[in-house]
Amino acid sequence: MSTINQSGWRPTTPQAGESDAATFTGNRALMLEEALIFEIGSADTTGVDFGEAPAGKSRLAGMEREKPIGLPGLSEPETVRHYTRLSRQNYAIDLGLFPLGSCTMKHNPRLNERMARLPGFADIHPLQPVDTVQGALEAIDQLAHWLITLTGMQAVAMSPKAGAHGELCGVLAIRAALDAKGETARRIMLVPESAHGTNPATAAFAGFAVEDIPATPEGRVDVAALKARLGPDIAGVMITNPNTCGLFEPDLKDISDAVHAAGGYVYCDGANFNAIVGRVRPGDLGVDAMHINLHKTFSTPHGGGGPGSGPVVLSAALAPYAPLPFVEKTDEGYRIVEEENAGEHHAGTFGRMTAFHGQMGMFSRALTYILSHGADGLRQVAEDSVLNANYVLRSMEDVLDAPFAKTGPCMHEAIFSDKGLPEGFSTIDIAKGLIDEGYHPMTVYFPLVVHGAMLVEPTETESKAALDEFIGAFRSVASRAKQGEAALKSAPHFAPRRRLDETLAARKPVLTYKDPVPAEAAE
Amino acid sequence: MRYLPLTPADRQAMLGTIGAQSIDDLFVDVPESARLSGPIAGLPMHASELAVERHMTALARKNIAAGEAPFFLGAGAYRHHVPASVDHLIQRGEFLTAYTPYQPEIAQGTLQMMFEFQSQIARLLGCDVANASMYDGSTACWEAITMARRVTKRGKAILSGGLHPHYVSVAKTMARFTGDQLVTGVPVLSPEPDTLDLINAIDADTSCVVVQYPDILGRIEDMSALAEACHAKKALLIAVVTEPVALGAIKSPGEMGADIVVGEGQSLGVGLQFGGPYVGLFACSEKLVRQMPGRLCGETVDASGKRGFVLTLSTREQHIRREKATSNICTSSVLCALAMSVHMTLLGEKGLRQLAELNHVGASAAADRLAEVDGVELVTDRFFNEFTLKLSKEARPVVRQLADKGILAGVSLGRLYPGVTELENGLVVAVTETTTEEDVETLASALEEVLA
Repeated sequence: MSTINQSGWRPTTPQAGESDAATFTGNRALMLEEALIFEIGSADTTGVDFGEAPAGKSRLAGMEREKPIGLPGLSEPETVRHYTRLSRQNYAIDLGLFPLGSCTMKHNPRLNERMARLPGFADIHPLQPVDTVQGALEAIDQLAHWLITLTGMQAVAMSPKAGAHGELCGVLAIRAALDAKGETARRIMLVPESAHGTNPATAAFAGFAVEDIPATPEGRVDVAALKARLGPDIAGVMITNPNTCGLFEPDLKDISDAVHAAGGYVYCDGANFNAIVGRVRPGDLGVDAMHINLHKTFSTPHGGGGPGSGPVVLSAALAPYAPLPFVEKTDEGYRIVEEENAGEHHAGTFGRMTAFHGQMGMFSRALTYILSHGADGLRQVAEDSVLNANYVLRSMEDVLDAPFAKTGPCMHEAIFSDKGLPEGFSTIDIAKGLIDEGYHPMTVYFPLVVHGAMLVEPTETESKAALDEFIGAFRSVASRAKQGEAALKSAPHFAPRRRLDETLAARKPVLTYKDPVPAEAAE
Repeated sequence: MRYLPLTPADRQAMLGTIGAQSIDDLFVDVPESARLSGPIAGLPMHASELAVERHMTALARKNIAAGEAPFFLGAGAYRHHVPASVDHLIQRGEFLTAYTPYQPEIAQGTLQMMFEFQSQIARLLGCDVANASMYDGSTACWEAITMARRVTKRGKAILSGGLHPHYVSVAKTMARFTGDQLVTGVPVLSPEPDTLDLINAIDADTSCVVVQYPDILGRIEDMSALAEACHAKKALLIAVVTEPVALGAIKSPGEMGADIVVGEGQSLGVGLQFGGPYVGLFACSEKLVRQMPGRLCGETVDASGKRGFVLTLSTREQHIRREKATSNICTSSVLCALAMSVHMTLLGEKGLRQLAELNHVGASAAADRLAEVDGVELVTDRFFNEFTLKLSKEARPVVRQLADKGILAGVSLGRLYPGVTELENGLVVAVTETTTEEDVETLASALEEVLA
């Protein structure tokens, strides 16, 4: 038998002198350790039965892979157990409130999953003849109609694969529009310093130089500074609204008008659209492009970090530059506009961003979610998400510094700072303390404009009882931090792992499993 | 509304705590001119689960699913059997509804899976290291080209005519804005790929050569000589794999000298899904790792000395480096990577090799059978599970006619290269373990009729 892990080492073996290793296995009842597949699997085990391949002619002609690949296999029961045990080491929305600011960790309805798995959506090929996929194109068209209507925009590009890819789409549309007008001197993108890191990275990826715009002490874009910087070298501005401090930018329309008057375009980061869906249309605020994270506002699963989906709504000014391919309704049904037929009336397109049509599996989920809520339910989503965040804000502001609480209500997320914590204590200690209380922490140290920021986004799918319990835990941990409770510095104590050494991981990167050298070979 | 737990009484009580009269008080920062007074007109209101299911099912029924017809499409997306346990495991709520593992103490499940995935992918592609996934193969391919630019500090990339035309389109879109120079071509309907032309094109400005393996026509070609030629001119060789199952049968790009290997992982575990979400693969040699884009998971220890995993080398990434990051990528495609990883674990090396053999033997037999049809000529002589036929007629209308007969016959080169007359009779046919002998017979006799 070809065992890949020749050492037989298990991570769960208690270490000598380890004080809390009181069990033989290292397990703690339902808290189960799990070895790597490379340590438990073998190259000649498989969990899939195939019939014997019939004898046939090989056409590989010398290209055969002769060396071992080194892929461990497990039987089906071992596979199911391996991944189930791993899954239990994760926190997830299904387990509890997940207040990760800017990420909109709302409940993921299971009807979405069922609909995405209908063979008519899940088992169709992107290059099938167009008349065999009319239902898929109709579903895309219906979702597109909802997104355009909810945002008050002119068009939508459906193909971007995630939020940052959507940002890229919007910024490339701006670049293409400027190029089409011969405005090659406009090469600077203005980005508020509170922006998510993808904004400046995206602008740079699209060939723009980035300049920061400062924030006011009230947590909003400094409109005067922004206006003062407008001129013939400015391509546009990327603004997040509601912004990363959880506040609505009340001057966005004014900003848009000024940017347009100066010859630039307005990109709006739609990461926080959940706060305003059904109550405000970004198109009414002069926005030219905005991506929508279907995995945030429209509940497609986050999946441990993707796949996302980032359709981009566009104004009339940018719509002619939208990427290929896209779906178009005609008298004979739906068709796909791509390279060969774009010339007819979409010659300005900046081209293709991804191989196929975008994240169909996410479109079917998002459409299911939207149809379930309807126009009334979506408006209620925004209202409840804002209500829940303000409830947290007002329930916490006496124990934690809330830098913008005095200026008015927040939108869908409440922000706190580490001001007032004793020497040696910081945001991270509160975050890790919340882990022991059974919560995923809020977003920490972002946005950068707030010292030791804690960004709490409860979302609308939390009940009042769930919020009250969270607030109780949050208040308790915050109070203990303020009192300088030493135990918090080493939290979490009850998670599957204690604090991990990230410095070691970066200094000596171990990114793949290496087979141990067998003892006899090492001698 | 079934997804919203607050009751009217809750809302009233909470407004009281906040000190607001009504919900409108919380939206005061929105200028009055932009406030919507009620649900947007012209859109339907909320609907029951049953009603939504009816609506979605009706839409899905308007499509012909691959499983309902003899099915031969490939060209960058492949239909394979996905074991039932894969879909069960990715629906575990702890995987499905978790997020990027920013808090590693309570995300070891995702992190360990990412580490295992990186290890599996590195071995499969024959490289030292792999990242935790990209959006898809086409975007991974462009990211590899930009990485070669950063490594070599040169701006000219040479793309093989055998590279998927949509991948070429993505690169062209991006290069137009970044100023990268691309040398591109279209494939020639011949058994031999353009390796010699590529070797001759490499010069002192070349950052990389990009080849697909197996290529868009299904051809497999040893890339060792090409790798040597690249390295002699200090350029990088990028290999693109759109059918990873092939690597259970044929040499990996890494062992032939490719510096960066990217790919589309969809064919293992993920399914067709009309083009997405898929999972981009990205692997390279150890010395290039700090120029690599995307999320990386690394091994470390916790405060009590236990092995654990964290996201690492994030100083390459946008949330730290902002405009100086290696890429603007934020998320990856973790749930699809999980599906792929679970499928690879179920297969193991033994199962993957068996699966690859079934694919190859089936494709080889299908090619022989289809070549017997009058008006059909087999173009490719060395291939894995996909091959190109030259028909006596333009292939695109033939594919449409066959679809009317309930057969999804393959991808015509006219669909992939519209307007290129030399390619218009080409049909790319993929055969996997899901294809039966009856399917092949059905296609053969239908082709016989259509080409007569």
